[in-house]
Amino acid sequence: MPTGPEGSAGLLIIGSSQAGVQLAVSLRALGYEPPITLLGDENHRPYQRPALSKEFLQGAITKESLIYRTQEYWDEHRIRVVRNERIIRIDKRDDGSGVAHSMSGAEIAFDRLALTVGARARRLLVEGVDLPGVLYLRNADDALELKARVPMIKDVVVIGGGFIGIEAAASLNKMGRTVTLLEAGPRLVGRAVGAETSSYLLDHHRQHGIDVVLDADVRRIVGSGDRVAGVELADGRVVPAELVLIGVGVIPNTELAESIGLECDNGIRVDAHALASDGVTVAVGDVANLPNPVPGAPEGDRIRFESVNNAVEQAKVAAYAIVGRPEEYAGVPWFWSNQADLKLQIAGLSAGHDLTVVRQDEAKGKYSVLYYRGDAIIAADCVNAPLDFMAVKAAIASGAAIPPGEAADPAVQLKSISRNPS
Amino acid sequence: MPTITYTDATGSARVVEANVGDSVMETAVRNGVPGIVAECGGSLSCATCHVFVDEADFAALPPMEEMEDEMLWGAAVERQDTSRLCCQIKVTDGMDLHVTTPETQV
Repeated sequence: MPTGPEGSAGLLIIGSSQAGVQLAVSLRALGYEPPITLLGDENHRPYQRPALSKEFLQGAITKESLIYRTQEYWDEHRIRVVRNERIIRIDKRDDGSGVAHSMSGAEIAFDRLALTVGARARRLLVEGVDLPGVLYLRNADDALELKARVPMIKDVVVIGGGFIGIEAAASLNKMGRTVTLLEAGPRLVGRAVGAETSSYLLDHHRQHGIDVVLDADVRRIVGSGDRVAGVELADGRVVPAELVLIGVGVIPNTELAESIGLECDNGIRVDAHALASDGVTVAVGDVANLPNPVPGAPEGDRIRFESVNNAVEQAKVAAYAIVGRPEEYAGVPWFWSNQADLKLQIAGLSAGHDLTVVRQDEAKGKYSVLYYRGDAIIAADCVNAPLDFMAVKAAIASGAAIPPGEAADPAVQLKSISRNPS
Repeated sequence: MPTITYTDATGSARVVEANVGDSVMETAVRNGVPGIVAECGGSLSCATCHVFVDEADFAALPPMEEMEDEMLWGAAVERQDTSRLCCQIKVTDGMDLHVTTPETQV
């Protein structure tokens, strides 16, 4: 553990998940020579999170396969990986250097700071959430605890019909548990997909045995003895549960940034180069509020992504800024969500669409929704339809047109009707 | 130990010892082999671990499933007859696999 002003951490990256790892790796790939310290507050080597609610929970892959890089890689690239240290205070000078103080009392001098501190699970504020058997799923420890409990339980309630909730519900259902999914809103994944896709997912998961309750008003979590026994809804119904998993969104971890005077508003505000308001600290990943990177996005539009793709692409841009070859972040955001046997891939951002085109091939189990604004295709939700996903992603990136009339026929390959801008 | 030889688009090769059961993608990423992006971590969602398998090795691999086949049509560099997504290739005992990475994955 670096402990003094005498041994500077160099670039101190706080947060060793996707964004932090990518930033360190990209910097070395760009020939950045100064010391890099990659610091995380978990007692694990840097690992990938997306599989925690899917393949890892289902036992299809081990924890070891989530590890990003071998120790040899870190050593060879002179990236010092520090784990199990939580930074609680930062003294920062105007030039961007300073000292970070950890909960264990370590003082880490740095020349420059990168905040890749992510987001934490939003807590549900109802009676009973502290009962044993009520869990969240954000990190590896959460997943390990959940996984350890699954063999001992039958009835599960998942609160929250966003990606984490649905993915976990689908995994647990596949593992033979009786799963009830409670969503407070009128449809599933309301924030990330359109109404048609929500409806498709709802039908699919119900047909596969998940009891999905929409507009669910959770009153309290009910205990029996010292453990969870069920979830009580406003109508008085109690859904039995030996395990309750809560996935009701996340809150960006902006506290450290705020404490050193960086502008924050639903995340740390950064420019197109990932630079925060002091012009020198970078912020990347789930914690960053950045200019919308989609080509042609409205001037001044800002966005905060919770996605691997953004963490990777924004980290590369931040790395360029740090080595003094600034590049603006531009790209087509994309997302994926594996829900048991459904592979959902989303290209682009559908906000502001004025037309949707549904392509469905029931026999092949393929389903896509294409989103248009005027004549322009701006996004697609694709279920088990990677060709559609790839074609739309490519079209948005190049500004190509996909005529909506022709696209409605699922037998037509989108790539074949994609027209490059003249 | 099984070995995977990754040759990049310029012809420069790197030999990596691999663990049985890992994928060829995981082996590359964990060892920092450039040219394999693998954004989705191997869940067959991104087509950024595209490789061209050495012709002599290709036939010995288990055939690809339909989803991998479809994803390959969307890879950044046009697929060839020996293209695979290496997240779907598991390292087996005694494997000595040779793959070439395309110029770009994105």
